[in-house]
Amino acid sequence: MNTQASKKSNVSKWLVDNVIYVVLVLLVVGIVIASPDFLSMTNLINILSQSSSRIIIALGVAGILITAGTDLSAGRMVGLAAVISASLLQAGDYAYKMYPNLPELPLFVPILIAMAATGLVATLNGVIVSKFHVPPFIATLGMMIGVYGLTSIYFDRPPYGAQPIGGLSSKFTTFAQRGIPVGQYEIPYLVIYAIIATAIIWVVWNKTQLGKNMYAIGGNPEAAKVSGVNVARNLIFIYMIAGLLYGFSGTLEAGRVGSATNNTGNMYELDAIAACVVGGVSLSGGIGTVPGVVTGVLIFQIINYGLAFLGVSPYIQYIVKGLIIVVAVAFDMRKHAKKK
Amino acid sequence: MSESNSTNLLEMLNITKRFPGVLALDNVSLKVKPGSVHALMGENGAGKSTLMKCLFGIYSMDEGKILFEGKEVAFANSKQALENGVSMVHQELNQVRQQNVMDNIWLGRFPKKGIFIDEKKMYEDTLAIFKSLDINIDPRSKVSTLSVSEMQMVEIAKAVSYHSKIIVMDEPTSSLTENEVDHLFKIIRRLQSENVAIIYISHKMEEILKISDEVTIMRDGQYIATQSSKELTTDEIIKLMVGRDLSQRFPAKVNKPGDLILKVTDLTAENQPSFYNVNFELRKGEILGIAGLVGSKRTEVVEALFGMRSLKSGTIELGGKVVKNHSPQRAIKNGFALVTEERRTTGIYPDLSISFNSIIANLAQYRKGVFLSDRKVYDDTKWVIDSMNVRTPTQKTSIGSLSGGNQQKVIIGRWLLTKPDILLLDEPTRGIDVGAKFEIYQLINQLAAEGKGIIMISSEMPELLGVTDRILVMSNGRAAGIVDTQATSQEEIMRLAALY
Repeated sequence: MNTQASKKSNVSKWLVDNVIYVVLVLLVVGIVIASPDFLSMTNLINILSQSSSRIIIALGVAGILITAGTDLSAGRMVGLAAVISASLLQAGDYAYKMYPNLPELPLFVPILIAMAATGLVATLNGVIVSKFHVPPFIATLGMMIGVYGLTSIYFDRPPYGAQPIGGLSSKFTTFAQRGIPVGQYEIPYLVIYAIIATAIIWVVWNKTQLGKNMYAIGGNPEAAKVSGVNVARNLIFIYMIAGLLYGFSGTLEAGRVGSATNNTGNMYELDAIAACVVGGVSLSGGIGTVPGVVTGVLIFQIINYGLAFLGVSPYIQYIVKGLIIVVAVAFDMRKHAKKK
Repeated sequence: MSESNSTNLLEMLNITKRFPGVLALDNVSLKVKPGSVHALMGENGAGKSTLMKCLFGIYSMDEGKILFEGKEVAFANSKQALENGVSMVHQELNQVRQQNVMDNIWLGRFPKKGIFIDEKKMYEDTLAIFKSLDINIDPRSKVSTLSVSEMQMVEIAKAVSYHSKIIVMDEPTSSLTENEVDHLFKIIRRLQSENVAIIYISHKMEEILKISDEVTIMRDGQYIATQSSKELTTDEIIKLMVGRDLSQRFPAKVNKPGDLILKVTDLTAENQPSFYNVNFELRKGEILGIAGLVGSKRTEVVEALFGMRSLKSGTIELGGKVVKNHSPQRAIKNGFALVTEERRTTGIYPDLSISFNSIIANLAQYRKGVFLSDRKVYDDTKWVIDSMNVRTPTQKTSIGSLSGGNQQKVIIGRWLLTKPDILLLDEPTRGIDVGAKFEIYQLINQLAAEGKGIIMISSEMPELLGVTDRILVMSNGRAAGIVDTQATSQEEIMRLAALY
């Protein structure tokens, strides 16, 4: 390597390596210049609270992407968890209860049941991918369609048929909609859940054998195998963890919105994949960090919220989002491109 | 040859391995003493890799047995061999490049504290091994930022961390600089002093005489000799490696070199390390061979001619005019054609028909309006099959179902359809059986006789000597010399290949 050239390109190299954080800062600066009012605690709390359940989903998807897989069924699993948890936690006096005779359960029971359901579905994904060698795109595409059917059957049942499962118990809505008062503001519980989930996933990825194996499997499956890593078992665990995250996120979605339908979570997987990719996760596997994924989600939420705040047409927001995905990946390819 | 001797660490006795139609190993034995460096030599295709693959359980041998520390062993895979103290440092390093050095070394057996990985222990253990081997690399640096030599040292350290008693090194110096080779040798000496044995596979004579204690030589899948390095000279090794009659393996030459057609001046690649300051000329009807060791950048030179690599400087003159091949498209237009080295990955479309594979480089010729003319496609495919003597039931047969030799004939035919002036062949007979090789040689001869300029890279010395008119010998990215095939010898070529 030529040292002169590498010195000269240090700055541009740093920019290329940290492009997402630069984009994040530029976005915020741009919006603030356009409208200084944007810098308020309320806006910050809103953005964080809207990002929370998406961060949890994206962390699940990211783990799978790092193994050089993908998960198209994430959004439908969110829907499954939302419908299950909502149906089990309707207020006692609500007229259209799915289970009229069900006593009001403690909060954690429906959450755990919903997570168990999605954890199971995701484990099945992992088994199909690792044991039957079905490409993850196909395996999870099939699962996405199948799970929607499953959720719809559960949802569209007598006595009340296909209508949103509402009238949620107040402890459920408090769990997802309220927060801890700090001065005149309230830190939403959602944000705290997202922080906890992020911290746990960071530890798993960086401090445990499963995490290291995840990177190794995505980076060079052959090397992992030769070093004695049980690729199939590790893959199944990664998928399962993703499923648990989707399940938890689904219950949060139900609580936050106050109801659930079979379409809750529709297309969330694509938002999550986009956020991961913008956050520097490589679709060819082996590369990705927790802060990157979180930043990726925040960038999309800031675009959503910030541009709406500026009164920009939602259609233009789509164009901006599309551009950011492609440009971010183009930069990423440059970073990893091998010169001939 | 077959009696066992308990002082040996490893004994591979009377190993025989057959592949369909080929006897890859014929009653080969190898005996390695503890704490010794044992060189394994032979030309490409002599069976060195096959023998090692039998040791590591990648191939199962048909006959023979392996004794390690006096006990018979049969490793099922390289992981099992590793755990028993037999490891290999590969030519293509098998590492997770996105992860750091210590993650790579301890992958699959991380030290743990409860459910967490004990990073501190991992760091200290790695550092201790590095210190013992005099390796100066930060265990926390990412593998992708290391040089080839450093990656290799990491692999050696990994072998040591498994308490290996024997380490196989396959062409370990092929991409190292002189200083790096010295460092590697120091590490090898240190390993030796701890009673670790090394099986050292290399083509480089000087190196082998310097580092090894014993040399085993193989030729054509057969065991030739094992001798103490002290008693050997470069010439003797070459004689033992070559020693064979070449007369019947090559067709009589019919081509006559004519006018100058290609002149390459001072060709230097943009992204170094690669080739630099390469000069040569090619005449119409001439077959120019390119010889060189692994890592000598032969392939890079022909890829540059074909527009696949960026040039820093240098000119390519075709028929007296300077041509700039910025892309393969340009190169094809200028009359160049390249049959690539990796037929399976960059040559054939295995599931598609012979017809598709024949015409794919030349589609513009078949257009009638916006459609492709079935008639012309049929005719040209027929031409390829007939003139290349491709043995296939129909044009629609998928090329993947043909033998390697017939696949290669289709690929050569594909490029002839583009009517090239210059035909570049990178290892044109790799993985092809002897009979089909003869046909490919005939074809090359005949094409030269028709006036095409042909450049042919080959790792098989007899092939270069039997087919070409002159040979350009590459060494470490440089042209070490151009020799007249009639007047040269394998010895001279090997000497030039090891020049830089």
